[in-house]
Amino acid sequence: MSMATQTGGFVRTVGLEAKKPPILTAGPIAWMRDNLFSSIPNTVLTLLAAYALWVIVPPLIQFFIIDAVWTGKDRDACLESVVGRPVGACWAFVDTRLGYFTYGQYPVSERWRVNLVALMEIVGVVWLLWPRVPYKGWGSIFFFAVFPVAAFFLLTGAEWLGLPPVSTNLWGGILVTMVISTVGIVVSLPLGIVLALGRRSKLPLIKLFSVIFIEFVRGVPLITVLFMANTMLPLFLPGGWRPDSLLRVLVGVSLFAAAYMAEVVRGGLQAIPKGQYEGAMSLGVGYWQMMGLIILPQALKIVIPNIVNTFIGLFKDTSLVSIVGIFDLVKTVEASLVDPRWATPVTRASGYAFAALFYFVFCFGMSQYSQWMERRLATGHNH
Amino acid sequence: MSVQDAMQGNGAKVSLLNDPKARGMAYQAILLVLIVFFFYEAISNAVVNLRAAKIASGFGFWNNTAGFDVNQTLIPFSSNDGSTYGRAFFVGLLNTLVVAAIGIVLATILGFIMGIARLSRNWIIAKVAATYVEVVRNTPLLLQLLVWYNAVLKPLPEPRNSLSMPGSIYLNNRGLVMPAPIAGENFNWTWIALGIAIVASIVFARYARKVQDSTGRILPRGLVALGLIIGLPALAFLAAGSPLTFDLPRQSRFNLTGGMQVFPEFAALLAGLTFYTAAFIAENVRAGILAVSKGQSEASMALGLTGGQTLRLVVIPQAMRVIIPPLTSQYLNLTKNSSLAVAIGYPDLVQVFAGTVLNQTGQAIEVILITMGVYLTISLVTSVAMNYYNSRKALVER
Repeated sequence: MSMATQTGGFVRTVGLEAKKPPILTAGPIAWMRDNLFSSIPNTVLTLLAAYALWVIVPPLIQFFIIDAVWTGKDRDACLESVVGRPVGACWAFVDTRLGYFTYGQYPVSERWRVNLVALMEIVGVVWLLWPRVPYKGWGSIFFFAVFPVAAFFLLTGAEWLGLPPVSTNLWGGILVTMVISTVGIVVSLPLGIVLALGRRSKLPLIKLFSVIFIEFVRGVPLITVLFMANTMLPLFLPGGWRPDSLLRVLVGVSLFAAAYMAEVVRGGLQAIPKGQYEGAMSLGVGYWQMMGLIILPQALKIVIPNIVNTFIGLFKDTSLVSIVGIFDLVKTVEASLVDPRWATPVTRASGYAFAALFYFVFCFGMSQYSQWMERRLATGHNH
Repeated sequence: MSVQDAMQGNGAKVSLLNDPKARGMAYQAILLVLIVFFFYEAISNAVVNLRAAKIASGFGFWNNTAGFDVNQTLIPFSSNDGSTYGRAFFVGLLNTLVVAAIGIVLATILGFIMGIARLSRNWIIAKVAATYVEVVRNTPLLLQLLVWYNAVLKPLPEPRNSLSMPGSIYLNNRGLVMPAPIAGENFNWTWIALGIAIVASIVFARYARKVQDSTGRILPRGLVALGLIIGLPALAFLAAGSPLTFDLPRQSRFNLTGGMQVFPEFAALLAGLTFYTAAFIAENVRAGILAVSKGQSEASMALGLTGGQTLRLVVIPQAMRVIIPPLTSQYLNLTKNSSLAVAIGYPDLVQVFAGTVLNQTGQAIEVILITMGVYLTISLVTSVAMNYYNSRKALVER
């Protein structure tokens, strides 16, 4: 016999049903009370922001999705007077122009070469940036040595491989944007490392040269560097040697990016404790071994997020080459806008929206990666 | 002994090849030779090429008459009265500085608002600010400028159908036309009064600090300064008989005449630079505020400071130490980015000087070097000022 039955009937034998959680401290209403309506000014702000969103967001959705025209062959598809309904974004324009936006005037029969290069680039980038893929050393060799050579011959052509040459003034659109940003990163990273080492060198002349180069380039806008590459570079070269106009901006962009990369790498070098240098020196290794095997691997690892951020800036800055007449994505979009076959009031907005979406997807993706890497590295340091 | 000799590098036992000093000298000599060779080649090629292209060299073009007009100038410039290329340089420089200065002020205000909003406990405000920052930061400035100029300002109605707003303000595809203030003859007294008010506020602030240091009494510094700076000029303005009239824009058949015009190129550039830079400033502000540890505000609360005092006297001064250095580099970026004006035709330094003047004179080397020199000077002056500020504000550690 248990105690409960003996002591009488006033002790419950069955548990009460659990109460519902109080509505004001848990659940969506409480969340709204805490996060949206916690005080009078807060409520006012919430209402204002909600009103602003109400004014801005539905028309955007209406324009870009609901009223948008998805298919069509020419401007008639996107003219309000022809279609007989309000017309939003003219995606038909982007759709018919997608080949031009992607490859420029690259011959259609040769476009598989561009696709192949893109595939190689994706492989290289994933190999290097995804921490769980092994053999990073081979990955670096692939991305910084094999890939550039292969890409060069694939894109420009090589008679001995049976690839007909394609002049760079036929290149355009996303292809050029990717070429400039990839060359920018592939050249600027090693060059930036060298400049950063030079800036921290004990040899006065090397240090002076590095400092002057870095500060000079960082002190001027990219557009003046591009103007310089475009107008002054041909003057400085022996007569009759006219470098390709794409090559000129590649030189300009690479040198520009190298100066920024140098400062990022220098930040990493400075973050390495002195003991690492001293430890290396006490083991008797030389300068290049110390840097290459001990300091740089650590320094570069901690600045990966910053390198990616610099690369995001570089990627956005490639759009500036359109000002000096290179047909990158922005320029191909601009050039398509003057086409009378697609002259509608909404063509411009559609073209710009496509370009903005392209840049946003890439840059946002890279910045998410760099933040993820930052968190990963931060935990690595705390343990 | 021999080890010591070897370490000092003065023993005969060390081969010259392995002597760090000799190696260093050799590296530097090689670099020097390379640089000298590089410059020699470049300059001698340039001389030959310039002679072949029959382009003059030197800065003689500076005083030559420029045969073009600029539509937005702060100083008079016209091809009719023989303005020179040198004057065109100053026109461009002033336009650059104006758009940069206004842009810096607006971007700072918007950036601080957005940075604080992103940390707001109000969910919707924080998300709106975050969306703004991510969208703006992840698209190229050039594209944003093109959108502002070609997609927002250009489709506005023709001048004859201007959108009119209260206060005689008109908006059309040639810009924003506003009433132009015209100062009367005694208006200068207002400026003088403003100067006196600023000086008086500084004097009062010093006095208030002295009083606080000696007695602990806090005088209303901000209120007094506000009263002085608004009140004194207002009094002078009224005493002089309100000497300010407005030139109102009038709508004629095809166009608007009179008033003050803000050109669409300027407006688009300003809007683009402001919104773009503000997104970066917002991130700096957010990082700065997050960098102040929570213990600081808790300690100040424990000392009995109010919420406002905690923010003003404890959190913000420490956050500013983190915010100011990246903020200055954002200001520099904004100034350098104003060179994108060339894409939408605002006559800034690059558009006027490195564009039109370069095309007319063909003297690429001189023109580009001068243009770069200007930006370089601005950057160097800013970084010197920055280093001075940093050395004053940096945390003094034990």
